[in-house]
Formats: sequence, C-alpha cells, structure tokens
Amino acid sequence: MPHSGKLRRREVVARLVKDRGELIAISGLGSATYDLAAAGDCERNFYLWGAMGGAAMVGLGLALAQPGTPIVVFTGDGEALMGMGGFATIALARPPNLTICVLDNGLYGETGGQPSHTAGGASLAEIARGCGIPDCRTIATMAEVEELALKVGKIGAGATVAVVSIDDEELPRVLPSRDGVYLKTRIRSALGLAPP
Amino acid sequence: MDEIAKPSGKAGATQPWSLKIYNVFKEFHVRHVAYVPDSGHSELIRRAEGDQEMRALALTSEEEGVALLSGAWLGGERGALLMQSSGVGNCVNMLSLVKLCRIPFLTLVTMRGEWGEFNPWQAPMGAAAQRALELMDVHVLRASRLDEIEETVRAGAAMAFEGGAPVAVLLSQRVIGAKKFAGQETR
Repeated sequence: MPHSGKLRRREVVARLVKDRGELIAISGLGSATYDLAAAGDCERNFYLWGAMGGAAMVGLGLALAQPGTPIVVFTGDGEALMGMGGFATIALARPPNLTICVLDNGLYGETGGQPSHTAGGASLAEIARGCGIPDCRTIATMAEVEELALKVGKIGAGATVAVVSIDDEELPRVLPSRDGVYLKTRIRSALGLAPP
Repeated sequence: MDEIAKPSGKAGATQPWSLKIYNVFKEFHVRHVAYVPDSGHSELIRRAEGDQEMRALALTSEEEGVALLSGAWLGGERGALLMQSSGVGNCVNMLSLVKLCRIPFLTLVTMRGEWGEFNPWQAPMGAAAQRALELMDVHVLRASRLDEIEETVRAGAAMAFEGGAPVAVLLSQRVIGAKKFAGQETR
C-alpha cells in the first residue's frame, strides 16, 4: 500500500475483473483504460481512448442490449464529472446488470495532475444517489472492494455506482489497442455477433 | 413578471410523420429510441413508449445518446437518437466514438430556427446543425416535405444499419411546423 494508505487503483481493478466469467468491462479514457489493460487484455474488454464522458453510457447501452450479461465500467473522477447527467439517465433506465466503478484520485492525472472537483468537495456517490441510482457506495478498503466484487459479475436489483478513493500514484502506462474498429469487432464477436 | 406562455397545440394524432417514422423503425428492428424531447418528436416518442419491443429513454444531454446507442450496438441492438437542432452541437466530440469505431448511427433531428421561428435563440444552432454533423463526417439527409419523410428516414436507416454509416435525417421546420406559443402575438 502506498504511503497515503489509500487503495491502489490497479489492485482494485484487477480484483474486480478476477474470475470474471461472462463479465464485460468498459474503461473510460486515460488511466482507467491503462488499469483495465494492466489487469490483462481480454476480448470482453472495450477501452475508450476519447469520447470523454461517454464510458458509463456505453456501458448502459451494452447493459440494455445484453440484459443477461453483467457489465462493469471503470472510469475516473474527471470523466464521471463530465458525464454526470448520465447518472440520472442510468437511474431512469434501471439496468440490473451495470456497475460503474469510479476510480477517484481527486485529480486529472493525464494532464498534469490538476485537482478535480472531487478534491474540492464534490461527492460523486452523493450525486449518483441523488440521481436515483439504487446502490451508491464509497469504497476505501480492500474489504469493501471484496464486497463490491460479490456484486460485479452478477445480475442484481439495479445499477451500482461505487466511488473508490484511490491513491494519486502515477503508474507506468499499459497501452491496449487504440484501434476502435478492432475493439468493436472483437467485443461483438465475443458476444456471438457477426460483422454486419 | 409576465406569465410564461405554455406551448399550445399539444400533439395528439396531429403529427402524421410519426407513424411513418415508427413504421420504418419497426422495419429496421430499432429497439432503442433515445431522446432529448422535442415537440416535433413527441408523438413518435409516445409510440415508442407504447411498444413492448422498443425502449424509449430520455437523456439529459444529446451526447449521452451517441454513447448509449454505440454501447447498444456493441451489444447487438439498433437504436435511433431523436433531438432538435439545438442538440446537435452537444454531440460533436462524442461522435468520435461512432467515427473511430465505425458504428452504425442514426439520428433524426427536428429543425428549429429556419422557418417561421419566433425564437431567435434557436437560429444559430439551427443554421449550424448540418455543418456540425458534417464536421464529424455524419452523412446528412433532409426531408423538406411531408411526403419525403418516410423515404428519407428509410434511406437513412438503410445507410446506417445496412451500410454501417453515421447518418442524420433533418426534418425541416417547414414540415414539422413552427412552434406556437399561446399569446405570443401580444408580446
């Protein structure tokens, strides 16, 4: 554990996709994509490298189209802040198979470490709760990550938003494919969908 | 303070284009109808809400729909995004997703600010909507008369879902009708 005593992002992500079975994992641009790649590339991963604010909604679309498949979205506090309205839309759609895991280090790590709004007091878990997401939690310990792991990968009663307080460590980047067409075709093939 | 006038002419069976578009959606197996509401789409939205095979979903901002429908396509289902012209600009960066991943994309845009519009604040984005879509290489079709709507939406749906292209169909304000506000003539 780093000196801050906070969770390490890659340990959190690796734990949540361990024993993943049919789980589909989407990652938002920046560090979340490197974290998911670091946990091991997989045909059921879909990495975003841009389209900031979109990861949770890509996850929602997949969750609605594949209601029998659990979906997890890894994103950062910066992207979640940009896509905040999406929490209200997810609450409205009430997918039972979608978990949004926000890796919250309170800063924009890709662009020079500028403090984000969560460092200034914005609580993404409270925002998500206020939008009507049935299960919103903050996570600060590995024991809580273990509890979340029980839920990720299962079809539950509604959407979950877990805001994980993580250390602001800067880690070596692990770069998965940036080829959107390849990533699209790969995940669709994994779901048994032929190219059109 | 002036009392705020409510929009008049609530859509009942007054939007003949809605059934035509709905039928094309059925023909192309459109499952997801994501929207930021516009009065010109209101009857179509109600039809989608009443269809067990469709899911109508309200968005807080149009760009959510671009990402949502991309995700649905990754999961094997088709959708369409309904918005008015003022929402086009909100989608620009999110259209990267559609472009980079070559995801079929269909949006129907009701135009404001171009024909009998009383609200000048609608004019800038109305005038820029087509160019904003084309900036991101979305193919733009336009229906300017009622009898063009069905064939134009069908052509757009075929280009999107069979051709894999990003397509927008603009529905002219001349067809949809300029929004009327009760009492607007007194101000």
